[in-house]
Amino acid sequence: MRAPLAGDPLKITVDGKSIEAKPGEMIIAAAERGGTYIPRFCWHPRMRPVGMCRMCLVEIKGPRGFSLQPACYVPVADGQEVVTDSPKVKKAQDGVLEFLLINHPLDCPVCDRGGECPLQDQTFAFGPGESRFVEEKRHWAKPIPINPLVALDRERCIQCSRCTRFADEVAGDAMIDFIGRADATEVNTFPDRPFTSNFSGNVVQICPVGALTATPYRFKARPWDLDVVESTCTACAVGCRMALQSSSNRLIRHLGVDSDPVNHGWLCDKGRFSYEQTDNPDRLRTPLVRKEGRLVEASWNEALAAAAKGLRRIREASGPGALAVLGGARLANEDAYAWAKLAKGVLGTDNVDCQMGDGLPADLVLGLPRATIDEACGASAVVLLAPDLKEELPVFYLRLREAAVEGSLKLVELAPQSTGLSRHAEVRLQYRPGEAAAVARALAATRVPDEGAGGVSAADIGAAAELLGGSESVVIVLGRASLAESAESIADAAGVLAAALPDATFLSALRRGNVHGALDMGLAPGILPGRVSLDEGRAWFTEAWGHAPAATGMDTGAILAAAAEHKVQGLVLIGADPASDFPDRALAAKALAGVRFTVAIDLFGDRFADADVVLPAAGYGERTGTTTNMEGRVTRLGQKVTAPGTARPDWMIAADLATRLGADLGFESLDDIASEIERLAPAYAGLTPQLLARPGYRDGVVVPLADGSPTEVDRPKEGIEVAASEAHLGNVLLENDPGAENPLDPQADVAVEPAAAPSIGPNGPLSGVMGRPRVIRHRAGAPARQAPPVDAYSLRMVAVRTLYDAGALVTRSPSLAALVEGPCLRVNPADLGRMGVTTGDRVRVSSSRKSLVLDVAADPHVLRGSALLAFNTLGEGAADLIDATQPVTDLRVETVK
Amino acid sequence: MITDAAPIVTARIGTAQSWTLRSYLDHGGYEGLRKALTMDPSEVQQEVLTANLLGRGGAGFEAGKKWGMLAKAEPKYLVINGDESEPCTFKDHMLMEEDPHQIIEGTLICAYAIGASQAFIFVRGEFALGLERMASALNEAYAFGAVGRNILGSGFSIDLVVHPGAGAYICGEETALIESLEGKRGYPRDKPPWFPAVMGLYKAPTIVNNVETMSNLPWIVTNGGAAFAALGIGRSTGTRLFSVSGHVNRPANYEIEMAKSTFRDLIYDPKLGGGIRNGNALKAFVPGGVSAPWFGADQVDMALDQDAVGKAGSMLGSGSVVAMDDTTCMVRAAWRITRFFHRESCGQCTPCREGGGWLDKIMRRIELGQGRESDLDLLLDVCDNIAPGLGWPPQKTTICVLGPSIPSSITSGIRMFRDEFLVHIKEGACPFGR
Repeated sequence: MRAPLAGDPLKITVDGKSIEAKPGEMIIAAAERGGTYIPRFCWHPRMRPVGMCRMCLVEIKGPRGFSLQPACYVPVADGQEVVTDSPKVKKAQDGVLEFLLINHPLDCPVCDRGGECPLQDQTFAFGPGESRFVEEKRHWAKPIPINPLVALDRERCIQCSRCTRFADEVAGDAMIDFIGRADATEVNTFPDRPFTSNFSGNVVQICPVGALTATPYRFKARPWDLDVVESTCTACAVGCRMALQSSSNRLIRHLGVDSDPVNHGWLCDKGRFSYEQTDNPDRLRTPLVRKEGRLVEASWNEALAAAAKGLRRIREASGPGALAVLGGARLANEDAYAWAKLAKGVLGTDNVDCQMGDGLPADLVLGLPRATIDEACGASAVVLLAPDLKEELPVFYLRLREAAVEGSLKLVELAPQSTGLSRHAEVRLQYRPGEAAAVARALAATRVPDEGAGGVSAADIGAAAELLGGSESVVIVLGRASLAESAESIADAAGVLAAALPDATFLSALRRGNVHGALDMGLAPGILPGRVSLDEGRAWFTEAWGHAPAATGMDTGAILAAAAEHKVQGLVLIGADPASDFPDRALAAKALAGVRFTVAIDLFGDRFADADVVLPAAGYGERTGTTTNMEGRVTRLGQKVTAPGTARPDWMIAADLATRLGADLGFESLDDIASEIERLAPAYAGLTPQLLARPGYRDGVVVPLADGSPTEVDRPKEGIEVAASEAHLGNVLLENDPGAENPLDPQADVAVEPAAAPSIGPNGPLSGVMGRPRVIRHRAGAPARQAPPVDAYSLRMVAVRTLYDAGALVTRSPSLAALVEGPCLRVNPADLGRMGVTTGDRVRVSSSRKSLVLDVAADPHVLRGSALLAFNTLGEGAADLIDATQPVTDLRVETVK
Repeated sequence: MITDAAPIVTARIGTAQSWTLRSYLDHGGYEGLRKALTMDPSEVQQEVLTANLLGRGGAGFEAGKKWGMLAKAEPKYLVINGDESEPCTFKDHMLMEEDPHQIIEGTLICAYAIGASQAFIFVRGEFALGLERMASALNEAYAFGAVGRNILGSGFSIDLVVHPGAGAYICGEETALIESLEGKRGYPRDKPPWFPAVMGLYKAPTIVNNVETMSNLPWIVTNGGAAFAALGIGRSTGTRLFSVSGHVNRPANYEIEMAKSTFRDLIYDPKLGGGIRNGNALKAFVPGGVSAPWFGADQVDMALDQDAVGKAGSMLGSGSVVAMDDTTCMVRAAWRITRFFHRESCGQCTPCREGGGWLDKIMRRIELGQGRESDLDLLLDVCDNIAPGLGWPPQKTTICVLGPSIPSSITSGIRMFRDEFLVHIKEGACPFGR
């Protein structure tokens, strides 16, 4: 069913009306597009049909006349006759509805689903007024948790199998299934095996009754009391479209919105439940300023003055190079642009970096030819030079998994560890940590060296080379598999692959929310807004801004190293906490201790006890703007609630701070910034705020735009599935929008000037002496430093990210915080056996940085000779061991007496 | 009347150690296979067409015609259905225990005729002895060279697997059986598009045939299809194995010539059912398995002819005839059958999953004296929502025919014994004192 529907449209007749249908689609979908809604419970447009609930029975004419058949299970055929309104159909459907109700508890008044429940809606519309069922209903113990986030009420379940199919088919986590038979059939987990899926919240959203409810949302609201606005999730860089729902000015629920190019309606649990961070009562409500050694509450006036004074003093004493700005991935594009303009145009420093040491060189991410998610899924082959997407970019993992399992996509995985996609990979090149580039070189070589490379056999490399050589289209997913191996080795490997596969395109797997928007807006050293290198764009931006940095600045690692040596003295942290985000905690600590003046702009204040000024920022759902996902797709963010206290959007803070520094950024509204971005940032040319506000662009636009205005796409009706009660919730979404600001507002459909991309140059507002700068192109650099030979007594470290890390988003969302785990060193059983320890023991783990005592577990998926540790777990862990200045980190593991 | 036609599928039953290869060979075993392997597969198929062998699993479809509908794709599979689980049907049970080699031989002939790549015999999990006998017979057959590579020196090779069922009645439904064989939950598949002959086991063209159907093949090949067709009347050819049970004096399996005898012969003939216990009067009987609508005592002279029974609104089905005498509470009988189907519903389709349970509860209420007069209309309407029109063969709102099998006993009971239902309701108790 998920195969692309090809062929000429055909005609079918529904209730005497001729409608057009696509070959291969089911009658239920064609009829709905043609205006006839056939009731259903088990049918879901993003899953394979099963024809189980029998609610969609209609009469279909066959060789032996009309017969009752499920409209969700019969594909359209030219000339097919379908009757949906005959007495026979009505009786069959009424019968099914009654059957579903006989054992369904009538507890709608206390059911979360009440008010948005397809079963309730159908019953209200067509059901009998009185029940003919007088016996005792079926009983089960309820509710039972199937994991910490989802509760199951088996009495309400109508056995439609949407949840079990999602778990098996879409998520690949077949941990819930039917048990038992007949009317004693129940959905449940296997004994003592909770539904530990990163995607469990989706089963709540697609449950057509209230059988599956989200523990964080249970009993919190009634659907009709909820306000809603559409937005884009920024928990990671996939950019899933979602609906933000609020009650009494508090975010209370996130629902996935079906965006065809991106998330297909799915969300990961981190994105779904991260609204708790916005709603957290510990949010910083007012600025803090250091007075007599203590941070105390202050007015914005006072705090901004203090921040400006501190930064100006350092600049005057030591020059702009002594200032640095870290962070920006939390920001909207407009915020990021304002901060780039403040840092590079006003403060005058190029020591700006949004990636904070766990990313890749900006010129690599911005300068390689790019692919979209759809292009990756439609490619012949995808090379995963990337982290575990299931943990870091979860919904992108779902898309790739679907393409590999259901479609014809072949995966080649180049990673030092096992990932969620490993079992779907055609070829796995599990290399010795730090030696990705060596494997890439062997892959690119005309003849694979007999001894293989980087610990990977010649046969495997040969198989990968053959697969890629014979692939019509190749997309390379590029990111950092392990934080314990340097970015330069990955950059080197990427450069080798780019040269070897000149037609391949790249999809960045950097994971932070709007890291790609921040990079695009110039929050990186050597980069100016619009994906322009500093050298290329210096003249253009000097003319526009009045100033641009003279020399290329430092990245996060270099900034922290310089700070540790007091060369960087003033630090601005915009949504960054080097102590927990940076891979090398020892270096981060030295740096923070080494700076003289720190300004932190964040949602929470308590991590910045040593800062001099802390400014409260508006968070997700509290501001509008745009965000750019991993593809370069720009979508609009929605505002649903007001920020706590006096917290305000980051762009306003930048503008106010600029004023205190004697400059005017020239922004009075978001639109001012968006217009300036469109005018000055080359990659964003043509992307006017008016364009994005049109309903046809709800799924966003990938920048840079091709010539002319991009095609407007209306979401297909069948694709709108905000909640299980798709039809009416879809409408609510449209009706509840607050005004023209909202992308969903039909009123916002203003005329758009055809985006004349090149018009800003000579004829634009600039003086016209120069042409628009060109977007950066990646140029391969020198080969990376070699990893030193492996020492027989050590294990080479692999540091991976997990979905539930100890980052702010998770730890500030109480429901997710409970899922964060402590560190546990995973080692191949053979290596572990050599040491005479087993799973559950504790071992002493030492690196050049530190020595820790950690739990250890045997894991056959870990390569022999390496040791895997999740990054950013509770307490001391990976960051304390990693030496970010080295290509790899080796660990000594000893038994504890 | 009973003809003196010699038995076909039970010919060897009763001989010493009939389930062993030695005994089988002593009684002409594997000669049919030997002969078939000298013929062209299409000739074998033609013999079966000529024989007009009707499937013995329940639906009664011509086996030869079914084979002809097999899609032209490789691989092809042959699956033998030995998941006999319906109450009062016990003929395959006997064949598997007493003459397993005959089934294996028939399976190999069929596999040869249709060009199957592999064959499976799916045996009901509860048949401990049947499984044991089938498995040892298969081992013997492998050792003898009748299964595996280069069968009996003919160059024809095929593997045969005996697979135990996991304990669900529904796995006797051919598509559920296929799912179960694939290692999944036994859920019937929707037709279209899952017609086994087109898209069956592992999505490959598959023939699913019954154990008794296979047991007829060695005889047909040995004696010719025409000899088989000479037995019986019209479309109902050959002999047939009937499981006679209920209130008869001699409950057992009886193989008799098709269509020549009547239900009366089956129930009353001293060599067959031997009459009703204690000389009681016959009240009603089930003509072809408990999913079939009942017949009254007045229909006992109907011939055991598939088409005649079909025309009268029921079916010969699995060949199970259950006699109920005049001491039988028809409400309780219908309830008992309903409860069976309720519990055996796979739970996939709403009408069967929920409707079966509901009907069970209403029937229980009536039998226990808590019925209401409106319950009779309710029962019929609920039945109608599972099998619209309540006709026979039934229409259905479900994927498979288990759903529309549920109403058979209830609608038969109400149609034939409405007064008895009303007595239960009005007197608030079962008049038979239960």
